Amino acid sequence: MAEFLSRITRRGFAAGVSAVALGLLAGPVLAADPIKIGLVTALSGQSALAGEAITRGMTIAIDEINAKGGLLGGRKLELVRRDDEGNPAKGVTAARELIFREKVAVLFGGLDTPVSMAIVPLVNSEKTPFMGPWAAGTAITKNPGNPNFAFRVSAVDEIVNVGMLNYAQKTFKAAKPGMILVNNPWGESNEAGLKAALSAKGMTAAGIEKFEANDVDLVPQLTRLKAAGADSLFMVGNVGPSAQVVKSLDRMGWKVPIVSHWGPAGGRFTELAGPNGKDVHFVQTYSFFGKQSPVGEKVIAALKAKYPSIKDVGDITPAVGVANAYDGMHLAALAIAAAGSTDGDAVRQGFYKIGKYDGLIKSYDKPFQPGVHDAVQADDYVWAQFIDNKILPVAATN
Amino acid sequence: MLLMSALISGIGLGSMYGLMALGFYVTYAVSGTVNFAQGSSMMLGAVLTFAFARTLGWPMPVAILCALALCAVYGLLIEFIAVRPFVNRGSDAWLMATVALGIVLDNVVMFTFGKEPRSLPSPLAQTPLEIGGVGLGVYPLQAMIPIVGLLLAFGLYLVSTRTRWGSAMLAVAQNRAAARLMGIPIKRVIAFAYAISTLFAGIAGVLIAPLFNVQSDMGTLFGLKAFAVAILGGVTSAWGVMIAGLLFGVDEGLVTALIGSGYTQIITFALVILELAWRPNGLFGRAEVKKV
Repeated sequence: MAEFLSRITRRGFAAGVSAVALGLLAGPVLAADPIKIGLVTALSGQSALAGEAITRGMTIAIDEINAKGGLLGGRKLELVRRDDEGNPAKGVTAARELIFREKVAVLFGGLDTPVSMAIVPLVNSEKTPFMGPWAAGTAITKNPGNPNFAFRVSAVDEIVNVGMLNYAQKTFKAAKPGMILVNNPWGESNEAGLKAALSAKGMTAAGIEKFEANDVDLVPQLTRLKAAGADSLFMVGNVGPSAQVVKSLDRMGWKVPIVSHWGPAGGRFTELAGPNGKDVHFVQTYSFFGKQSPVGEKVIAALKAKYPSIKDVGDITPAVGVANAYDGMHLAALAIAAAGSTDGDAVRQGFYKIGKYDGLIKSYDKPFQPGVHDAVQADDYVWAQFIDNKILPVAATN
Repeated sequence: MLLMSALISGIGLGSMYGLMALGFYVTYAVSGTVNFAQGSSMMLGAVLTFAFARTLGWPMPVAILCALALCAVYGLLIEFIAVRPFVNRGSDAWLMATVALGIVLDNVVMFTFGKEPRSLPSPLAQTPLEIGGVGLGVYPLQAMIPIVGLLLAFGLYLVSTRTRWGSAMLAVAQNRAAARLMGIPIKRVIAFAYAISTLFAGIAGVLIAPLFNVQSDMGTLFGLKAFAVAILGGVTSAWGVMIAGLLFGVDEGLVTALIGSGYTQIITFALVILELAWRPNGLFGRAEVKKV
């Protein structure tokens, strides 16, 4: 024994003690340990409703997964939320906390493209899979990360732009559309996308006009588009500025079809825009109105049971947040199951192994592949209008 | 039609800037200080009117009167906590203090009123004006704003030349020490000027709300443009400030209509710089005479 002890060097003894101590501190991964799913989104302020919608969609999906025994041999899923207040810096701070302290297996983002854009480099460097259930900025999933850990179940600007043109041509026989876009990176992104969509069909815009988010009167911009012969308008802006476009058109007495990105869906559009707000057609990824699939019926019933404030489908709002988050959570769970662990890179590759899944928005079949990180495509979009303060579907795009 | 529409729209917008810029004139003329967060005062007028009329259901005239009264009280508060303590010590820190107080107000409103934009409809912003069956692209309310602005500028002129308070304000502006010796309550005169200043911003907020959306940050850009207008007009002239507002608004409208909205801010503010290089005291301002 003494001989054995004499062979142990001081350094070796220290290393052994450290290893034991670390092992005690870290503890074994027990089957009962929950798998944490992070969510960084706006939970207060203007976009709080959107954050709540994402939360509800994820919660219903997590409840379903846990009711079936969880993942990886009985480990339950646990949602951990942080408020980014729509601020990229706060979003990154919250994402760091969820990745390093909470050790989330998958991190979900919110509705603000700038926040998601700020988080994406972090998830790529820390090898934490990211799921975007709302923000539509093209560069979120088409980022330079190699490997790329960002996935999305939501609309994508460049695909929406193709859909906007198709819809305007089909519904309004648009031949010479004009653009009225918010003067920020979102507007720039859509200007490029719409130009590309028009160019692919050998068309050009009648004119391109910009507005500031706080502009009161857009009559001069719209008068230019009218003078240039625009037969329809492509509109990109959040709910407030979009309402100013509609009110300015009303003042001019110009009845022109408006095909919009989903900005108007984010608030009290009918109240702000007045009676003509109903004439704006905008893109959505899902509507709870009309005939539902069995998954749709199941989700509506679960939402009503869990949230007493939901009396009918009109109360499930914003619908896209709930639907995208629900499908995004189920797809993330399938990726974890396919990975067989919560290791970040294994889960990333797990997304590529997902086969068929009957979701709320559609039946997915190999939704993610290397180079294809967006599960929702142009054919999946739904076009909607505000009727009586409710977002009702107009028609599905072709 | 393009020019006519841009002109009318520009006059409507410009008079809003002018109305807010009058608030800068009132306090600068008396104390040599201004409330840099005039945009927040404008927002307060709109938000309080919304809260009284829509949330509490008060009749609109009562809601407007109460909102404007509270705006005036807010002006007294600005002077008392963000201007007077610094001026008394000979410090220019009131510049930052007024901005800071405005940010505090914006955030308090954001937490209490919410970030979501709301609408405050008005019967004067429902049906656009027409002449001979041709739409002018403006609501009656927009046509009212320049009239209200010019009437207020005229009212200020009358107050400053025909009333004791006006004489007191002029005396304080010209020679504070002599005014004090004459028994003029300088502190009260300056506080009164701040109340008038925020009252004007509140009036602008009430008039703009039906044309815009009521939200906590609605005054930020307006405040900035109103300050540019005040400097452009020469902050020592009520008429000059109002006319500069109209010129600024018409300039914005015409540049947007003739050249395109992408160039509006570049050309408009470049013109302001050029004009100030040509007349450093503004279009209608007078250089301060320093007696030695």
